[in-house]
Amino acid sequence: MADQDQSNNFSVLIVDDDRIVRETNRRFTALAGTQKQLRMEFQEAKNGKEAVYLHLAGASFDLILMDFQMPIMNGIQATQLLRQMGVKSRIVGVTSESDQQAFFDAGLNNCIQKPLNPAKIAEFLIVSKKRKRIGTSQA
Amino acid sequence: MDLLSQLRGQIADFSAFLHREGFVDDQFTQLQKLRDESSPGFVVEVVSLFFEDCEKLVNNMAKALEQQIVDFKQVDSHVHQLKGSSSSIGAARIHNVCIAFKTCCEDQNRDGCVRCLQQVNHECIQLKNNLQTLFKLEQQIIAAGGSIPAMQ
Repeated sequence: MADQDQSNNFSVLIVDDDRIVRETNRRFTALAGTQKQLRMEFQEAKNGKEAVYLHLAGASFDLILMDFQMPIMNGIQATQLLRQMGVKSRIVGVTSESDQQAFFDAGLNNCIQKPLNPAKIAEFLIVSKKRKRIGTSQA
Repeated sequence: MDLLSQLRGQIADFSAFLHREGFVDDQFTQLQKLRDESSPGFVVEVVSLFFEDCEKLVNNMAKALEQQIVDFKQVDSHVHQLKGSSSSIGAARIHNVCIAFKTCCEDQNRDGCVRCLQQVNHECIQLKNNLQTLFKLEQQIIAAGGSIPAMQ
C-alpha cells in the first residue's frame, strides 16, 4: 500500500522565463495529473541556470518541462548540462521553434509545441507513470 | 426570459464574438476550463498578470526603439516573451502581431518594429477592454445566484 501511494507521487520542474507561462503550464499539468490520479508536486525555475542549481542542491524530478529561449542559460545549454550531471529525468522541450534538432541533440526525450494544454501533457504523464511503476517494482 | 438566462445568453454571444473576431482562441477556452471551486478567480488573476507584464514589455520595447542605435536583440527578446505569454493564455491577435514583430526585429527594420509595437499596444487595449466586459458579465451571473456556464 505504501509503495502504491508513493508510486502516485509525480514531481515536475517547470523551466520558463515568463511567469504567465510558468503559471499556466503548472495549472494545465496539475489538471492532467489529477485526471491520471497522480499526486503532483511542482517546482519552478526562471531559466536554465536555476534549473541546474536546483539539481546541484539535490532536487530530482519525474518530468522537466524546459523552455527553449531563456536569458542567462537557455534550454539547450541547461539540458546538456543536466545530462552531463547524470540527470535521468524525462526532459520535454516546450518550444514554438520549428527547428528542434539542436534541442533533441542536447538530450531531450520529447518536444511539445507551445502553447501547452492538458491533452499535450497527458501523454508524457502516462509514459512517465509506467516507467515509475517499473522503477518502483524493481526497487 | 429570466435574468440568469439573459446573462448566460449574453456571455455565450460575447464569447462567440471574441473567438470569431480572433481576439482569443481555443487556448483561452482551455484556460477557462481550469477555473474551479478552489480557484474561481484563476482566469481573472492570470489575465491581470498578463496585462501587467504586457504593459512593462511594451514600455521596454518603446524605450529600446527610441534609442539612436536600436538593440534589436533586446527588442526581440521582449517580443519573444510576449509571444510566449500571449499564446499561453490564448490572446491570438497579440500573438499574431508578435510573429510579424519578430520578423521585423530579425530584419532590423526599425519602422516595421515601431508599427508592430503600435499594433501590439492597440490589441492589448482592445483585449483588455473585451475581457473586462466578459468578466463583468460573469460577475453579474454570480451576483444573480447563478454559475458561470462551462466553456465548450
